[in-house]
Formats: sequence, structure tokens, C-alpha cells
Amino acid sequence: MAPVLPKRWQPASVWLLYIVGLLPAAWSFYLGATDDLGADPVKSFELLLGLWTLRFLIATLAVSPFRDLAGWNLIRYRRALGLLTFYYALMHFSVYAILDQAPMFNAILADVLKRPFIMFGMAALLLLIPLAITSNMASIRRLGKNWIRLHRLIYPIAALGALHFALSTKVLTLEQYVYIGLIVVLLLYRGVRPILRARKNERKNLRAQATERIA
Amino acid sequence: MAAYRPPRIPASEITPQPIYLNRRNFLGAATLAGAAMLGGAQAAAAALAVVPSRYKVDEKLTPQKDVTTYNNFYEFGLDKGDPAALSGDFKPRPWTIAVDGMVGKPGTFDIDQLIKDFPIEERVYRMRCVEAWSMVIPWNGFPLAALLDKVEPLGSAKYVAFETVVRPEEMPGQGGYFQSLSWPYIEGLRLDEARHPLTLLAVGLYGETLPNQNGAPIRLVVPWKYGFKGIKSIVRITLTDQQPKNTWQVTNPQEYGFYANVNPEVDHPRWSQATERRIGEGGFFSSGGRRPTLPFNGYADEVASLYAGMDLRANY
Repeated sequence: MAPVLPKRWQPASVWLLYIVGLLPAAWSFYLGATDDLGADPVKSFELLLGLWTLRFLIATLAVSPFRDLAGWNLIRYRRALGLLTFYYALMHFSVYAILDQAPMFNAILADVLKRPFIMFGMAALLLLIPLAITSNMASIRRLGKNWIRLHRLIYPIAALGALHFALSTKVLTLEQYVYIGLIVVLLLYRGVRPILRARKNERKNLRAQATERIA
Repeated sequence: MAAYRPPRIPASEITPQPIYLNRRNFLGAATLAGAAMLGGAQAAAAALAVVPSRYKVDEKLTPQKDVTTYNNFYEFGLDKGDPAALSGDFKPRPWTIAVDGMVGKPGTFDIDQLIKDFPIEERVYRMRCVEAWSMVIPWNGFPLAALLDKVEPLGSAKYVAFETVVRPEEMPGQGGYFQSLSWPYIEGLRLDEARHPLTLLAVGLYGETLPNQNGAPIRLVVPWKYGFKGIKSIVRITLTDQQPKNTWQVTNPQEYGFYANVNPEVDHPRWSQATERRIGEGGFFSSGGRRPTLPFNGYADEVASLYAGMDLRANY
């Protein structure tokens, strides 16, 4: 049975998720600023922020399958997970632009235009912006069905993120295979989900018919 | 003015003659004891007798701590910290290098004999990794040309091929299900590049024998080329008339070539090579930011003529 938090603790738990979620960035920033983040602190920080972006992205994508397959409903936390993905992506880009490349802004522009690896990452970040802006009740109400359509952008964003990560190193590491594998599985799940649902409904209907007949 | 009076040394402070005569042994024993106490990955670090050389870039040295903890040595793992953390079981002694192929006098050389036979020079070189970071390292070693002279290359020899040791039981990156590269790691140089006075076989850094994570006991240093040309833990050197394969070119020929000369004009297909970040300059706000990468890593005056008339874009 899925654990249920008492209702009055639920809003607090979402806030706690934001705070805990931002801790890795805050702690690493402190280490990097005080020269305690290894030989190449800028690169380490950049990499850490990128990894946490992917972690929150994977967590965001895992909410639905988790509910479907394990019966745990964590939908309450999905907005926070999605926004943490965006915050980390934004910090990752800021470190690249300000600490890594600065002050060569034309180098960044040249990088984005010439290198697919940077282009994929940048496209993912840009596509995250409308999702972040519309992550509130007012937008959901105002956009109606279009809100759902707009937020399907998370799938191409995830694919772009995985590509960006895969192309960032000289050879693919085991760690990269794990992250990219999880993203691929979570995206593929979206493909098979309608089939799973249809089967479930079919079974339900059959059961209903059977009950009817008995009655 | 009072006359200078030398201080009177009490007899109790005079070193007894037998100890005085044995002072070198005493120092040696103390060094050994010190090395033994350090233990672990640093076990083999021993002081080298080093002579100065004229090859010395006038830039701030990368701290020894960073040179020995931030390494690409995939035989021990893919993370920069893996080589320092996971190379404790590696045994760099006893060690021999076979030099064979198109030579008049092929031979097998013991590492400690080589260190005795050749003066070990200190050379402060820039090191530029293909990943766009750099260091300044005081290497200790001897020119590759000195070893090549010993084996008398034949006139037909045009290239030099190198090979790293394969020891999965001591090098965790060479074992297990997930293999990043194919082993042994191999590299190659043109004979004129190999004979160039800048091309060094390093047996130490910072005045001590090479730590395992830096390629103990002997590695190649070619300062005008990207770091991956600096093959580590060498067991074989072969002279040949065929251009040798090198591991990174075999792994990804679109991205890594045979020459791999540092060139800010020719980008890696996935990132720019125009600038680099110097390792070990402190935290976010104390580091100097990116610096421009120099053609041939700043050694153009010495080596550019080796490539006269060559298209460096095609021969990356």
C-alpha cells in the first residue's frame, strides 16, 4: 500500500523538497568558492549541476509510471521536480556562461551555433522556459487542454538532454549509460502506455460484463 | 673591535666518525622508512637525482597535489580521481622496456638501469589536454632520442610505436564488463618527432619517481601535442616503417588523429580548442579564467618546421 502523508503536512513536504533539492547546488557553490572542489572547480560544478538537472528530469518523468505501475501517487511533487529541473538547467548554463567561458561571450555564441552538443543543451533549456512560466494554477486554468499539449514538450526536452550528456565526453561512461538508459525507458513507456491502458480498460469491461451476467 | 672567536663545540655534539662515514646510508634508510610510512598509492615515491635543463617555461607550476589527483588514465577508471584512488595495487617495479623492430641492436632495458645511465633532467613543460584544460608540470626524465641512439634505428625506420602494460589484476579499468577502450593503449610518433629534443621519457615529476596515477614507472611527454599522446606505463617501443595506430584514433577517427598537435585553429568536432582552463588555480573567484591556447602549445618555434607544407587541418 502506498504511504500517505497526513494532509496538513503535504504543502510543507513540497517546500521541503525545494529546499532539499537546492542543497547540492548551494553546498557545491560554497565548496567551489572556497577552493574545496578539486583541481578544476568550475568544471566540477558545471558537471554537478548538469547531473542534478538530469536527476530531477528523470524523477519528473518517473511520477506517472510510478503511479501506473506501483500505485504511488507523487503527482503533488511533480511541479516541484519539474521546476528544480529548470533551476538546475539554468544554473548549469549560467556556470558555463559566467564562470567557464566568461568573458568571451562571442565564444559562447560560436559554440552554440557550431556544436551540436551545446546546441542540444541550449535547445532543451530554451524549451524548458515556457514550461516553467506556466507551472502555476492560473496558467493551467487559462490554457486548459493546451496546457497538457504544451507540457508534452518535456519529452523532446528529455531526449535533447540525454543527447547533450552523451556527446559531452570522449567516451560514454557507465554512468552515462545508466542516465541515458533511464531516460530512454521513461520515454518509451509513454509509447506503450496507451496500449497498457487499453488492456486495463478491456479487462475492466470484461469483468463488468461478467458481473452483469451473474447478476 | 673584538676579535671574532669561533664557538666552542662540545665533544658531545661531534658526530662519531663511523656514523659520519656512513651518513649517506643513513639518509637512504631514512628516505626508505619515510616512503614506507606513506604507504598506499604513494608507496614507490622516491627522490630522484635531477639536473637542471634549459627547457623550462616561465609559468606558475600546477600544484603537485593537482598534478597527482587530476588524471586521465583510463586503465584505472574514467573519473579524473580514479587513477589516484585506484592505482594502489599497481607494481611499477621491477620493470623492463623492450625496444625492438627496425633497429640494429634491439634490447630490453631495466627502468632503474636507465635512470642510472642517463642524466635525469628537470623540464618544466606546459601540458594541454584535448579536453581543453592545461597544467604546467616539472617532469624528470631523459630525451627519447637518447634511448633510440642506444638501439641504433635502421635507415628504413620511419615511425616509433609505443605500448602500455596490460594488467587487469592491477588496473581495475582493464577488467570488468564495462571497457572504455581496447587494451593495450597504443601510441605512435614519426621518427623525427620522436628524436626531437623536446620529446621526453619521464620517470618522475616534482623530483620524485612517477606516482602510479601519472604513468609509473616511465611515460612519454610530447609537450606540443595533446596529452593523450603521452602514453603511460610503457612496456614496448617498436621502430617501424608503417604509421602506427594510436588508441584514440582507433576509437574515434573523426575526432582524434595521429598527429594531435595542439592547434587553437582546429576545433575538436564537439568543442572549441581556442581556449583552455589552467588547472589548480584555486576556487571560482581566484582562478584566472580561460586563457588562449597557443599553436603547438607554445612550442611553435621549436617544432613548427617539422610540419612545414603539411595541411594541419587534414592532419589533426
